[in-house]
Amino acid sequence: MKLLDESAVLAGYLIAAVLFILALKGLSSPRRARRANRLGAAGAIVAIAVYVLGHDIANAAWIAGAVLVGILVAVPAARRVQMTQMPQLVAAFNGVGGGAAALVAVVEFTHGPDGWARSVIAFTVFIGGLSLTGSFVTFGKLQGIITSRAVMFPGLGVLLAVLVAGAVASAVAMVLTGSMLYAIVLLALGLVVGVLFVLPIGGADVPIVISLLNAFTGLAVAGSGLVLSNVLLLIAGTLVGASGTILTVSMATAMGRSVPGIVFGAFRSTSSGG
Amino acid sequence: MDLFGLVTITVLAVFLGFEVVSKVSSTLHTPLMSEANAIHGIILLGAIMVAGQADDPLILAVSLLAVVLATINIVGGFVVTDRMLVMFAAKPRRARKDDAS
Repeated sequence: MKLLDESAVLAGYLIAAVLFILALKGLSSPRRARRANRLGAAGAIVAIAVYVLGHDIANAAWIAGAVLVGILVAVPAARRVQMTQMPQLVAAFNGVGGGAAALVAVVEFTHGPDGWARSVIAFTVFIGGLSLTGSFVTFGKLQGIITSRAVMFPGLGVLLAVLVAGAVASAVAMVLTGSMLYAIVLLALGLVVGVLFVLPIGGADVPIVISLLNAFTGLAVAGSGLVLSNVLLLIAGTLVGASGTILTVSMATAMGRSVPGIVFGAFRSTSSGG
Repeated sequence: MDLFGLVTITVLAVFLGFEVVSKVSSTLHTPLMSEANAIHGIILLGAIMVAGQADDPLILAVSLLAVVLATINIVGGFVVTDRMLVMFAAKPRRARKDDAS
């Protein structure tokens, strides 16, 4: 049953986009920040509501069940976490968001997209996969599951370069052939690169990397928006990608570090781990 | 929407994203990161879109996994940001009053 027509849905997306912008803007002021966060949540509810009311949705019971499972996992985790453990919880939430974006792109790939859409899907699958495992490694580091110090072993730089080259080759093969096999290979490479990319980063640099991976997930969501031709995903993802990049640079500057120094520092010399 | 329209929106959103966070104080870096994290949880909309069109059991399973993950991202993101901001709410306001006097 469609209760809303197409233009009403698009108007709802516009309202949601404005609410997201106000939410990010409001977070710059401590006094307005809490209200701003509620505006952001309201934007998300508006967007989902207009989509559900404006389309015929198959598997509705399954989807409702999946949403319920997600709520039952997320709310206790977010409510019980201690103040000091919040950064790693944000990292974990960011990781699952990246994973969701990668999976949405993989599913879209089965719908026989054209060459341009295939290349956007390749980007989204790789970045989303990287964000998923990279975020989980930062979670492990901050939670003390794995050492928070920089983990470095000989040849890691070369190995990463080979894996990234392999990912580029898989992406090209995926765009040219449209074969799901290459999409799965690309996702797997993204997952491995995410782990290896974050391992050499340690100590006080870890929260800055969470912010960088947050921006990456934003870009993956924007990619999903392009593939699905959904303007709200495109706007929200791009906003997070851009603002997350600026935020990452600000966080690094506040600590007297540079983003390239954090990401590539461990590969340059052994004495740069500050 | 045509490709040119989508590219236009993307470019404008990049500039807007740069602009909205350019004046944030360093004490609010973590809540802002958390807010941005919650906002990209809107990938839930994309996950619902693909799950609502899935006609193959395997594709439905993958789509539903995406729905679960995206729900964790968006619901957890907004709730944890709210918790961070509760402890932020009172203190900086008092600090600002002291500055003014």
